[in-house]
Amino acid sequence: MAEMGSAATRVEVTLKKATGPGDDKVHTWPNLVRAEFLCTLFVMIFLLLWSLLVDAPLEEPADPGRTPNPSKAPWYFLGLQEILVFFDPWHAGVVAPTFIIMGLMVIPYIDINPKGNGYYTFKERKYEIITFIFGFHVLWISTIIIGTFVRGPGWNWFWPWEVWDAHLVEALTNQDLPYLVGIRDYWTAAVFGLSLIIGFFVLGTAAMYWWVVWLKGREFMQRWGAARFFLTSFLTLNMIAVVIKMLLRHILNVKYILVTPWINV
Amino acid sequence: MSSQFDELKRQVMESQVWQSIFRHGYEDTPRNRILMVSGNVWLHLHPSKVRKHATRLRFTWCMGGITFLMYLVTVVTGVYLMFYYRPVAEYAYADIKYLEFDMPFGMLMRNMHRWAAHGMVIAVWLHMFRVFMTGSYKPPREFNWVVGVLLLVLTLLLSFTGYLLPWDQLAIWAVSVGSNMGRATPLLGYEGPFNEVLGVNPIYDARAFLFGGGEIGAHTLLRFYILHCIFIPLVTSLFLAVHFWRIRRDGFSGPAL
Repeated sequence: MAEMGSAATRVEVTLKKATGPGDDKVHTWPNLVRAEFLCTLFVMIFLLLWSLLVDAPLEEPADPGRTPNPSKAPWYFLGLQEILVFFDPWHAGVVAPTFIIMGLMVIPYIDINPKGNGYYTFKERKYEIITFIFGFHVLWISTIIIGTFVRGPGWNWFWPWEVWDAHLVEALTNQDLPYLVGIRDYWTAAVFGLSLIIGFFVLGTAAMYWWVVWLKGREFMQRWGAARFFLTSFLTLNMIAVVIKMLLRHILNVKYILVTPWINV
Repeated sequence: MSSQFDELKRQVMESQVWQSIFRHGYEDTPRNRILMVSGNVWLHLHPSKVRKHATRLRFTWCMGGITFLMYLVTVVTGVYLMFYYRPVAEYAYADIKYLEFDMPFGMLMRNMHRWAAHGMVIAVWLHMFRVFMTGSYKPPREFNWVVGVLLLVLTLLLSFTGYLLPWDQLAIWAVSVGSNMGRATPLLGYEGPFNEVLGVNPIYDARAFLFGGGEIGAHTLLRFYILHCIFIPLVTSLFLAVHFWRIRRDGFSGPAL
């Protein structure tokens, strides 16, 4: 009897594989190829018309002795150029892009949520989607829009309806955060700044730990593992730090938080 | 008349030459549908059958395909531009002018090249956004996402190196601003933190390596030209092959059945 039962199961499994729900497949030709062909056609018509109507820019010949004001990087790098306002070049131009690229690469490894694989859903992956949209749309795209459309001569802020005034002088009233809170001694200021930054990451990581445990439970935290957790919290805190630094500059005119002879943050 | 035509058609289509080229008939049969894809070197990038949702624009936005299309457009128009362009500081700008005003379709080819390059950057970002929103990077496709990030970086580098080639004010200053970051690299950049550790100097640091010298100049133009036309396209093609191959092996992502 048991023999028969297992044979029946095996037959059932074989049948399922052949005709079961695995078969929502359609022929690539014409179903997919037609969609691709039409897409190609529309995009090529659009590109051709656009290219007939709008000429690629060509300015006067290169002259290394005459720097235009403003000098802007290609538009897709203007987000990085925009955060140069808030961070030194080694940070905005080297560390930030490295973190962005590494951060993008580790996404599949730190996201262990098995849901939402291959279909649109917000409910099943709220925090992943919010984080991605914050990084991609809010930080990356909006800084590109600012850098492209509202930065003029001297990298000063000009609304699109304002005339670019190349002689506009903006008072540089920025001061470092330690100075702002009354610290005048050099080394005390450095220690203060360093403690603030280390404190931000330590407290931020702790806060994130408790938040994830509260939200998802200890069992999830164990499954997630230390490496994934620390990587995620480090990258998330870096994204938040960019916003904090922007706000400190815009509201309190803070230039640096940490000032040392070697690096300033 | 029509029977004569049919007879001729039959003779042509049954000839050894015709049958050596086309291995299947026209009729809309399941067998021919599969042979159309599997028997075609370009189309067999696809499996011969796909799940229904994967053919829908509202699922894929066709953005990966559009990115690849933009890449192909830049390759074709780029080859045309290469016929008339010399990567030498004395000639480069004049060649662009010559190309724009004297070459047949020169202006159109240059416009298409530039707008397709911008289009490729936008499309690759939207493709990444779509892949994120459908969670298509989840197992077993984790590594293909990593390859995709590399392709995103390569797309930006392709566009950035091409930016210099017209050798106008826009070109050298945009590239200067972009590359000045290299000078600020910690340890490796002349103006970066800890630059004294390795003893880098203005003509021997990360930016000088990119520029081929201490300042942006004729040497930079040649360097960016070779990066733009040969090196990065080759690397990109290799990663594209890996990217497509892995999609083929893992199948399109989709909801569980």
